[in-house]
Amino acid sequence: MLAFVARRIALAVLVVVGVIVVTFVVAHVVPGDPAATWAGPHASAAQIAAAQKFLGLDRPLPVQLVSYLGGIVRGNWGISIHTHRPVLSDIMTAAPATLELVISALIIALIIGIPFGLISARRPGRVADQVIRAGSIFGVSMPIFWMALILQLLFSQKLRWLPAAGEYSPALLFSHPLVKRTGFPVVDSVIGGNWPMLGSTVVHLILPAIVVAAYPAGLIARMVRAQVLDTIGEPHILNARALGFREGQIFGRFAMKLAWPPVSAALALVFGYSLVNTFLVEAIFDWPGLGSYAAASIATLDTPAILGVTLFVAIAYVVANLVVDIVQAAIDPRIRLR
Amino acid sequence: MIETPVIAPADAVLPRGVRLRRALRANPLLTVGGLLVVLIILVAIFAPLLAPAAGDAGTATHPLDVLRGPSAVHWFGTDQVGRDILSRVIYGTRVSPVIAVIVLAIACAIGIPLGVAAGFLGGWVDELVMRVTDVFLAFPPLLLALALAAVLPASLTSLTLAIAAVWWPWYVRLLRGQAASVAGRPYIETCRALGISRTRIIFRHILPNSITPLLVQVSLDIGGVILTASALSFLGLGAQDPTPDWGLMVAEGQSYFTPDWWLVTFPGIAILVTAFAFNLLGDGLRDLLDPKRSFLP
Repeated sequence: MLAFVARRIALAVLVVVGVIVVTFVVAHVVPGDPAATWAGPHASAAQIAAAQKFLGLDRPLPVQLVSYLGGIVRGNWGISIHTHRPVLSDIMTAAPATLELVISALIIALIIGIPFGLISARRPGRVADQVIRAGSIFGVSMPIFWMALILQLLFSQKLRWLPAAGEYSPALLFSHPLVKRTGFPVVDSVIGGNWPMLGSTVVHLILPAIVVAAYPAGLIARMVRAQVLDTIGEPHILNARALGFREGQIFGRFAMKLAWPPVSAALALVFGYSLVNTFLVEAIFDWPGLGSYAAASIATLDTPAILGVTLFVAIAYVVANLVVDIVQAAIDPRIRLR
Repeated sequence: MIETPVIAPADAVLPRGVRLRRALRANPLLTVGGLLVVLIILVAIFAPLLAPAAGDAGTATHPLDVLRGPSAVHWFGTDQVGRDILSRVIYGTRVSPVIAVIVLAIACAIGIPLGVAAGFLGGWVDELVMRVTDVFLAFPPLLLALALAAVLPASLTSLTLAIAAVWWPWYVRLLRGQAASVAGRPYIETCRALGISRTRIIFRHILPNSITPLLVQVSLDIGGVILTASALSFLGLGAQDPTPDWGLMVAEGQSYFTPDWWLVTFPGIAILVTAFAFNLLGDGLRDLLDPKRSFLP
C-alpha cells in the first residue's frame, strides 16, 4: 500500500511539474508585451525597460523557467497586473467561496444522479430509461452560462423565489455580521451559531449550485447506469436475488457497491470540470470566488492572474485525482496490484 | 481480461435495411439525435435561403428596429443594433459547428499518428508520448483552452487553435489503446513473422480496427467542442461582432437581458439543441457500434 501511495504521489508531482512548464510556455507565447502592460499606457521606453528588468523578462528563457518553477514552489505566483497584489493571496481569498459552490453542486449531482442512474438501469430500454438517458445527455449538453442567466431571470426576477446574486444578503452584515473563521460562509455561520446568516447563505447558494450541478448530474447518472448494467448479471447479484432481497436493495446495495469506484473517479473528473465551469457562472451570480477572479483577469488581460488561476485549478484537479486513487486503493486491494 | 466469444445475433442473416430499422426502433434516442443533426446540417447548407434577412448575419444595422420583441416579422425579435436574431441564429450553424469539425480534424491529425506510434512501437516512444499526454490530460479541457485563448489575440482562429491544442491528447490515448491491443494479437505476430512491413500492418490492420471507436469518439466530442467554443466566445475570447456566433450573442444580450429576454434565450437554445443533438447521436452510435466501452465525458 505504501509503495502504491508513494508511486502515485511521485507521478502526481511529475504531472504538476509538467503542468507548470505548460503554463510557463503559454505565458511566453503571449504576443503582447507584459512589461508594457505593467508600466502603463503612457510609459516611456526607459520605464518599459525598467519594468522588463523588474519582471525578469530580460533574462534567457531557461533561466526564467527555473526561477518561475522556484517561485511557484516558494509561493511566489507573480503579481497581478490588474490588482498589483500577489496572485497567490488573491487566489487564496477567492478559493473558499468557489470550493463551497463546487462541493454543494457535487452533492446535488450525487443526490440527483445516483437514483436516476439506478432507475434507468432497472429496466434498460424502457420508457423511464429512455427519458432519464435523454435527461442526462441534456444535462451534459447544457451551456451553463446560458442556464445561469435563464434560471436567474425565472426564479429571481420573475417568480422572486430566490435571490439573484451575492453570497448572502448584505443587510445581515449589520444585524448578524459573519465572523470569518474558515472563509466558507456556510461553515462559518454554523460555527458561529449565526442562524439568520446560515439561512441567507444557503438560499443564495441554491441557484448557482444547481447550474454547476447540471453537467456532473448528467455524467453521474450515465456512469451509474452503465456500471450497474455491467455488474447486474454477476454471480453475487444472483446470490442476493436467491436470498430473497428486494429489487430495490439489490440495485441500491449490491450493484451500487461495485459502481462506486468508477463513480468516485468520475467525481474527481467533474470536480475539475466544475471548478472551470465556475469561471462562466460566478460572474453572473456575483459570487466572490475564483471564477469571478478569472473572468475579471480575462477581461483585463491580466496574464499572471490568468496563469495563476489555471495553475491552481490544474493542481487542485491533480490532487483530487490522487486522493480518489488512494482512497480507492485503500478500500479495494485489487487496485493496488495493477 | 477474458475475451468472450462474440455470438452472432439471430437477426444477422436479415437484410441490412431491416436490421438498421430494428436497431433504430430499439434506440429512439439515436434516431432523434440523427434526425436533429441532419436538420442542423441542412440549415447550415441552406442558411442563405432560410434566413429572412441574410445581411443581418454580417455588418448590417437597423437603428429603427432596435430591441423589438418576437413578432410575425422577427420571429426571434431583434438585437441591440436591430438585426434579426432568427437570421443570426440560422447563420450561427456555420460558426461553432464548423469550428468543432476543424478542431476535431486537427486533434485527429495530431492524435492518430502519435497514438499509433506509442501503441505499436511501445518502449521509450510510448513512455515519452504518454507522459506528455498525461500532462495535457491533467488540465480540464476548458481550463487550458481558456488560458491559451486568453493570451492569444481574440479571434476565431485563436479559438480553434486553443481548443485543438487541448483536444488531441484524448485521441492519442484512444488510438494508443487500440493500437496496443491489436498489436498484441497473434495474427499480427504472424504478419511480422511473414515479413510484412510495419507500414502495411498499421494501414491494413491497426487503423481499420480503430475506425469504429474513433467515429464514436468524434461524434461524442462535437457537442463538447461546440460547448467549449461557445463558452470561450461568451467570455469574449473567440468570435467578435458581427460574427453570428451563439456564445457571443448570449454575451452581447446579457446587458439587455431584462426585460429583453429574447436576445439571450434563442441563441442559447441553439447551442443547447446542437450540443444535445450531437451528444444523442454519439451516445447512440456508441451503444450501437461499441457496446463494451461505456462512458467517457
